[in-house]
Amino acid sequence: MDEEFEPKLLYILCSWCGSGGSESARAHGLKYPANVLPYRVNCTGSLPPVHILRALLEGADGVAVSGCYPGDCHYEGGNYHARRRVALTKAILEALDLGEDRLWFRFVAHGEGRRFVDTAAEFNDHLKELGPNPLNEITTT
Amino acid sequence: MAKAALMEGSNADLAARDLLKSLLSSGKVRGVMTLVETGPAGEVNYELVADVAALENATPLYPLMPANAGGLLSRLTVLEGFEEPVAAFLRPCELRAFVELGKLHQVNAENILLISATCGGVYPLRASLNGGLADGLPAYWEAVANGEAAEGLRPTCSACEHFVPFGADLVLAAVGSGGAGRLAVVARTPRGDEALEGLEGAAGEAEVETAGVKSLREKRGAARAELFETEPLPAPGLEGLVAFFGRCVGCRSCRSVCPICCCEICYFDAAATEPTPRTFDVHLKRKEGTRVPPDTLLFHLGRLTHMSASCVGCGMCADACPVYVPVATLFAKVGAETQALFEYVPGKDPEEEVPLQRFEEEELAEVGEERFGS
Repeated sequence: MDEEFEPKLLYILCSWCGSGGSESARAHGLKYPANVLPYRVNCTGSLPPVHILRALLEGADGVAVSGCYPGDCHYEGGNYHARRRVALTKAILEALDLGEDRLWFRFVAHGEGRRFVDTAAEFNDHLKELGPNPLNEITTT
Repeated sequence: MAKAALMEGSNADLAARDLLKSLLSSGKVRGVMTLVETGPAGEVNYELVADVAALENATPLYPLMPANAGGLLSRLTVLEGFEEPVAAFLRPCELRAFVELGKLHQVNAENILLISATCGGVYPLRASLNGGLADGLPAYWEAVANGEAAEGLRPTCSACEHFVPFGADLVLAAVGSGGAGRLAVVARTPRGDEALEGLEGAAGEAEVETAGVKSLREKRGAARAELFETEPLPAPGLEGLVAFFGRCVGCRSCRSVCPICCCEICYFDAAATEPTPRTFDVHLKRKEGTRVPPDTLLFHLGRLTHMSASCVGCGMCADACPVYVPVATLFAKVGAETQALFEYVPGKDPEEEVPLQRFEEEELAEVGEERFGS
């Protein structure tokens, strides 16, 4: 059964580097797992942690967040703010034992199509190993 | 040793009242914000008092917290500061909340003389029903004077390690005063020095860090470790958390009394998060069910992402909960983790921004590795 488990993976991408990575992947004909749901935000720094929590509580097996590398943010510091928010969210998930390793934060540059598909695949494998998200077992949250 | 005035008084509360009276009658301040007894059975409220006679009922250190005064003082000053000097008597956690609110641009701190005290803690508001607190007060003041931990306090008070205020202008050394009837008011800032000048009480020197403070700090530390292990906290994982908030009636009182939750419109009250028939439709199809109203847990988790790094552990949220969810203990425990992550002590340093308003370029490599990293 485990082999057949296909995680629902939400991949939050900033509209500059993260999405750029996915565009580069397309240009190079690289493929990422079909169960990855890309979700574009203007900047990872504009992403409220509540959206991450909602995704994890309402069906996602994992959430990945990718924005620009340090120093590359289109808005100067959005990626640094996002890193702090993700770190904070992970700390809360960890303190409550809600599975902080189902939330990943990785930098992806505009031209890094390869890194984008590799990260998506790596996270997909990681989630397959973890199995279905227990947060989805209880619907009445 | 710092400049200090010695106040007569059989307990810290009376000494604190005398201090406020002297400040007001000497004209050094135009008004005083303090707890005032408003009923015969230990009912207390915060008031802004401009009349010395009205201070007869002031009880600055009455061991109850009807509201976090840091939040109240922010509401009074958010649009503009006081035009004339006002003294505000705040407990250490209220002062820390006030400082946090300052960082969130919710405060105009000019013309405020901040007075605080080493704090013996407060009782749950429920303990004061039907005058239930009056008989225990002498024992409380004795415990405070001897640096002992009083029984039956708010859980987060019994486990509070920050009962010595950071950065007040004046600090009343209540904890470990020895009960000799003379309490020291220590000046910590030039404004504090100025306030003490010429006041009754021999000009002298004193320390806030009494032997009693040291001994109480040790007891609180042990109580803190125990609280986080023994207080009914959620079992690990979602099931435990759903059960923990199972009684939650969704009144959001915890948020309305939280001094840190200062957003004019809360994300969870925004129209965008209002459940519609379609929300339920989606939940039924995708989640095969939902709690009605939905998002109870998301509200509490979301609030943790917003305020836990600044949580001062005052315990207002648990006291306000109508169904006795020990939410303050949970939030204090999670807050300890998020604050440790950023090596941040809320309310300690007014110059240090709150963790989510700032960043270091090189940090948290374990969260998002650097370029060409692993």
